[in-house]
Amino acid sequence: MPEKILMSPVDMERALVRIAHEIVERNKGAEHLVLVGMQTRGVPLAKRLAATIKGLEEISVPVGSLDISLYRDDLSSLELKPLLHRTNVPTDVTGKHVVLVDDVFYTGRSIRAAMDAIMDLGRPQTIQLAVLVDRGHRELPIRADYVGKNIPTSMSEEIKVQVMEVDGEDKVTILQSDREVPDENK
Amino acid sequence: MKTSEPKSNVISTETFPPLSISSWRHRHILDLDDFTTEEIELVFEIADAMAEILTREVKKVPTLRGKTIVNLFYEPSTRTRSSFELAAKNLSADTISLDASKSSIAKGESLVDSLCTLQALGADVIVMRHSQSGAPYLAAQHTNTSIINAGDGWHAHPSQALLDLYTIRSHLGKLDNLKVVIIGDIMHSRVARSNIWGMSTMKTKLTLCAPATLLPKGLEDFINKYQLPNINIEPKIETALEEADVVMPLRLQMERQQSGLLPTLREYIQLYQLNKHRLSLAKPNALVMHPGPINEGIEISSEVAHGVQSVIEKQVTNGIAIRMSLFYLVTGGKKNEA
Repeated sequence: MPEKILMSPVDMERALVRIAHEIVERNKGAEHLVLVGMQTRGVPLAKRLAATIKGLEEISVPVGSLDISLYRDDLSSLELKPLLHRTNVPTDVTGKHVVLVDDVFYTGRSIRAAMDAIMDLGRPQTIQLAVLVDRGHRELPIRADYVGKNIPTSMSEEIKVQVMEVDGEDKVTILQSDREVPDENK
Repeated sequence: MKTSEPKSNVISTETFPPLSISSWRHRHILDLDDFTTEEIELVFEIADAMAEILTREVKKVPTLRGKTIVNLFYEPSTRTRSSFELAAKNLSADTISLDASKSSIAKGESLVDSLCTLQALGADVIVMRHSQSGAPYLAAQHTNTSIINAGDGWHAHPSQALLDLYTIRSHLGKLDNLKVVIIGDIMHSRVARSNIWGMSTMKTKLTLCAPATLLPKGLEDFINKYQLPNINIEPKIETALEEADVVMPLRLQMERQQSGLLPTLREYIQLYQLNKHRLSLAKPNALVMHPGPINEGIEISSEVAHGVQSVIEKQVTNGIAIRMSLFYLVTGGKKNEA
């Protein structure tokens, strides 16, 4: 299977630093922010964003982790049940600007589930979405507020995000079964 | 990489287990004798996630929307039944509770017919309590619905044993090489029997302490036959309590005295009641547990039941998380639709 690197560690770092700036700009500071990483790889990404924001604003933004398995719309049709991880949002989200953080933005179904999960925890002022990679093919009317990199894909391709904390390295690659690897700047 | 966030915000991402569950193979939960260590750990892991839901203001997730869970109780129960019902409701399942004395069972319908009716009505899970040991096994043979045993006769009460183990694990951080003492009416206790299996699997040392008349006949042969080296029998409570990490007195049913198994209730209290003095023989911070309902002043003194070492109320809360976990594990998946 041909594999092509779409983002190097430096590319990822730059994208995250830019997103951190955009989050602070858009919310006029970091005071009422809560970053919520989606299991699994969204969590370390959210932590990195928080660390960068701390460097900018000298505010420690609370970071939570969210497991959306219980909110999935396809639970009864799955062959195997997803393993659950404990949801841990360390602060009340009511009145806060909650930024969901995920690695790959695809159909939008996980984000739909995540929004329901966040709403069950309280009534945030806003919910925003930050993703490292937007690969298109939305199935729901959902968009991202902060995007690391737009990568047009075909559905037969697989985008693989690796992060240091989980996989031991920072890398975004595209895997493709039979077709040619498209130019990344297409 | 930058890691400068304060401690309170740090979340554990050190371990990343697989994303889906492939090691689960139980359609029914009948007893713990056929559970592996991994399966019990899996129930606990899911229960951890469920426990978080119980801390929310709105304790409800949409996971089992559209599923129907029936509580079929042939024996009175408030705590177990409410616990299963709340667990189902927290997962957004629809629930029906059937009390055998008030349904067509009272008109003479057989167990198998009742089950077939419930299956035809669309039940996805049937939680069943029955006074006959083995009734849930019969049920499991005659329906395609998942059966969860909520207590059958003297035989088994798997969800109670799981919540006992889960409570110990969450307070003491582990299960292996701990010493648990169960005191009292072992003979009539399905809780003790399921705990024997569960604790053996988790390598917890379990000491059973009771007068000879309240121990099941042939218990020693049983221990030898199934090679359960972690299960011990110690009739003297003072000896049993030495070095104990967990102490669990069982409810003494008043009828036991009438049936001649005990000379007098007063003698039982004198010899076997868990009181403050006896508790002091166990480890300093030993947990006090009880499956309920409690006969205060009989098997346990009031000050111990409500003392600082008691985690009896925690057991009740944990029971909901464990039952949510079990519902999650037995429902859905294509195998159930086949």
